[in-house]
Amino acid sequence: MKLWLAKQRYLIDFTLASLARRKARNLGLLFVYIVLVFMLASVTLYTHALRQEAARVLAASPEVILQRMVAGRHDLIPPGYQERIGRIRGVQKVEGRLWGYYYDAVTKANYTFMVPAENAPAAGEIIVGPALERARGLAKNNGISFRSYSGKLHTFIVAEVLPQASELVSADLVLMSEASFRAFFDYPAGHYTDIALSVANPLEVRNVAVKLAAALPDARPILRDEVLRTYASIFDWREGIVLALLSAAILAFGILAWEKASGLSAEEKREIGILKAIGWETGDVIKMKFWEGLLISLTAFLIGFVAAYVHVFHFSASLFEPVLKGWAVLYPRFQLTPHIDGVQVATLFFFTVVPYAAAVLVPIWKAAITDPDSVMRS
Amino acid sequence: MRPADRALLLLLAGVAAFTLCFADAARLRGAAGADEAERTRLVAQLRLTDLALFTEARYTRHPSQADLHSAFQDHPLAFEHFPSGSLIGPPPGLVQSHSKVGGDGTAIPAAEVSK
Repeated sequence: MKLWLAKQRYLIDFTLASLARRKARNLGLLFVYIVLVFMLASVTLYTHALRQEAARVLAASPEVILQRMVAGRHDLIPPGYQERIGRIRGVQKVEGRLWGYYYDAVTKANYTFMVPAENAPAAGEIIVGPALERARGLAKNNGISFRSYSGKLHTFIVAEVLPQASELVSADLVLMSEASFRAFFDYPAGHYTDIALSVANPLEVRNVAVKLAAALPDARPILRDEVLRTYASIFDWREGIVLALLSAAILAFGILAWEKASGLSAEEKREIGILKAIGWETGDVIKMKFWEGLLISLTAFLIGFVAAYVHVFHFSASLFEPVLKGWAVLYPRFQLTPHIDGVQVATLFFFTVVPYAAAVLVPIWKAAITDPDSVMRS
Repeated sequence: MRPADRALLLLLAGVAAFTLCFADAARLRGAAGADEAERTRLVAQLRLTDLALFTEARYTRHPSQADLHSAFQDHPLAFEHFPSGSLIGPPPGLVQSHSKVGGDGTAIPAAEVSK
């Protein structure tokens, strides 16, 4: 074992000396390699963390949301609808939700006006989300006026600002009492925007949704699972877009690495010929080149991954943020909680380290099994 | 020190930094627990269904609640108005067969509804 270790150390010594002879070329390759791993790892880490965040936070969303559709469009829930749902077996709780959008010409942004089911503010008071607080320069007890769609000006007092920690889900929220909401939007009495349902047995959610769709043909039940799937697919799509943009860089690196790995320079061929002529075995030459491939690709993977981690979770992915996050006038400020997927890291490792280490070996093996004399002469 | 030892030490340092990333992630997850609980509490209390990422249109503010025609609300071949629409992808219903769209616009197959 000791002998084997000593031999490997000598081989690495020789490999490093050989790499140092073509310093500029190898350092250039290493740099491009690191940048490539950094970009791929940044995209993977960011989208996975965002997907996890959405999945965990939205796991508390209602089990079923029931919308009413008229001519393929979302319409208000008329009075009497809730009673019909309540008769369906398995439905534990039926709550009408009141919410809508308001375009504020001052900030040129849309707000989501909503009536909380519990702890609603008093009439004439509102609770605002943190992004809205920033955009309108609001603070507790400030007054703010909104012109309703009927043209009337409504003034509200800010009773509270939602905590910064909740910004990812509450950035643009304006919470108000049911009376204020109905007065502001001229909402017909007894009508609701949609219905939130809770089901007694979580395993029965799908059956309840099927019963709802059969009993109320104009209703569209949206299950929590579907909400979670929507978010998973949104971030998959986003990851795909960035990876498509990066594909040119990946392809360029592929060509560079293939050229470097598959086409041996005359100098490298002569070096192999000399090594064989002075008594190196084919296995030794292959081992030496294996170490070369492993040292370069492993170094690139480790540096690239660690840099990507620091970039995403300590510098908020500032390089890719505009593409990965998207934009909006009222964009929430949030810090992602790191969630590293072991399978993704293993996949990244496999597709960045293994192909390079393997591509180096094939041409070396071809050169190493040929006669040293002909290799040196060619 | 021999070049091989230096290289192996550097690699070991790299592996240690790689492992530290996982430890740091666990530390940050622990520290963010209270904030996450706050978000989850608010989602449960307000019956929220979506993240407040893009506020410019109803189908970007609430992608999970958007009806199937919202992205083409002006006319069937209308172009997308908002840049974030190109970032969040079409609703899954749009890329499925339209025979499944309607009362069962969700993922519930028509066969199950008719049972």
